[in-house]
Amino acid sequence: MSLLTVEKASFGYSKTRLVLDGASLDISPGDSIGLVGESGSGKTTLLRLLLGLIRPSSGNITFKGAQLDPANAAFMREYRRQVQVVFQDPYSSLDPRQKVFAIVAEPLRSLRIAGDHRQMVTDALVSVGLDANVLDRFPHEFSGGQRQRIAIARAIVSGPSLLLADEAVSALDLSTRIRIVELLKSLSQTMTLVFVSHDLGVVAALCERIVILEKGRIVEAGPTASILANPQHPYTQRLLASVPRMPA
Amino acid sequence: MTAIDQITTPARRRSWQSVTLWAGIILVSLHVIVGLLTLVWTPYDPSAMAGGRLEAPSWLHWVGTDRLGRDFLTQIMIGSRIALTVGIGAVAIGAAIGVTLGLLAAFASKFLDDALAAALDILIAFPTLLIAMLVVAASETATLGSAILALGIALSAIVARLTRILAKRVLLMDYITAARTSGTSWLGIVFSHVLPNIWPTLSVSFALQFGLAAIAEASLSYLGLGAPPPNASWGRLLQEAQGTVYTAPIGAIAPGIALVSLVIGINLLADGLRDSIDPTRRAR
Repeated sequence: MSLLTVEKASFGYSKTRLVLDGASLDISPGDSIGLVGESGSGKTTLLRLLLGLIRPSSGNITFKGAQLDPANAAFMREYRRQVQVVFQDPYSSLDPRQKVFAIVAEPLRSLRIAGDHRQMVTDALVSVGLDANVLDRFPHEFSGGQRQRIAIARAIVSGPSLLLADEAVSALDLSTRIRIVELLKSLSQTMTLVFVSHDLGVVAALCERIVILEKGRIVEAGPTASILANPQHPYTQRLLASVPRMPA
Repeated sequence: MTAIDQITTPARRRSWQSVTLWAGIILVSLHVIVGLLTLVWTPYDPSAMAGGRLEAPSWLHWVGTDRLGRDFLTQIMIGSRIALTVGIGAVAIGAAIGVTLGLLAAFASKFLDDALAAALDILIAFPTLLIAMLVVAASETATLGSAILALGIALSAIVARLTRILAKRVLLMDYITAARTSGTSWLGIVFSHVLPNIWPTLSVSFALQFGLAAIAEASLSYLGLGAPPPNASWGRLLQEAQGTVYTAPIGAIAPGIALVSLVIGINLLADGLRDSIDPTRRAR
């Protein structure tokens, strides 16, 4: 059974111009999928649809067979628990006025998840490679990579089955990026991962499946290795050709 | 270490912050203590003729007497209480109305936001004192309460516009989206994320509004629209000293100094408090 299904979803900020045009996607448990495209290709819009932050103008999104309905509070509480997100910019994704404990525990409080929150937050922080003694510190006391780990801890603390990552490593320096990619890779062993990026190299390292978006349309999708080895669509070929290479 | 490094060294900045904070605390505390003291004790009965007319400062009357022979220090002390009452009352009313309206506008649909923003801009286009005068004139008699209400309403438009701008900026941040995807309600987002993040700037604005209210109350009293006699408002003292400013200048200088010291004290206190409650401004 599919975890999340998107059927011919379209979305536009105005009636004349669609940002996403008839996108279909099937996400099964255990998948690791990369959504790839240039800026403006509609990948972040698709992600916002998957998060239930916006509703499709047309088409359907179903989660475990049930229609995604932002007006259904009980459904959305379970959906939020199961689907979490990590954002691109670790400097704007953490509230500068909250301490690490309050930040990471927010899903536990808001979704009224029972249990020892302090212990759950500590476990989440340790699992992303942070010390347990950072609970009472503010975000500005951490580096970009550490902040992104805190953001990942917040995303996994409620035990989601699907983790969405929106350009989660593109704001980081190279060495930090590698470590966060390794962390996401290890998380993808235990949960489904949808990784939005314009970086084909990172997607190749992280994702088994790849979906290529161009101007709001899915132009190519399939196993990452075969698509990168043998791209069929001209846009995919152009994307691959545009990857910078070290001079010989 | 360069000169610039020395200026921006956290320890020096911290010590300057604490000087600012303590100067504000001392000045405001002085006014609060004096204001509270007048509830139980004053050197003389404020309406009694305690000495001769326009006496110069002496051991008996430290700031002299007015043209009716009333003790000036007593009246300035009572003026402190009135200024604090007006400042706190007007800012409380302005903050309650302004923050609520500003948050509503920030969260509202584009149409409602535009309508509220336009209404606020029109209100702000009128000088604070003019709006206050209109509200006081609309009530039958000028009282301390009507002055507070008038100033509160006049200040609320400024607070609302600032709140709207600050809240809209916060709502664009990824941590708000993260809060939404974490299941936090809009009310929860307001109290856990928006208000704490806009509070430092708002608190400085409230201090400025407090100063504005104290000055506006003095202006209203000067025009005869503020706290009526026997309330010894600083504005009324200034108005009464107008005719004797060349023969007994202390009558104009003393309430002026009292007013300026309160406004400066409040501003320093707000500045210092903002630095101490903002975790990102604390020394690392």
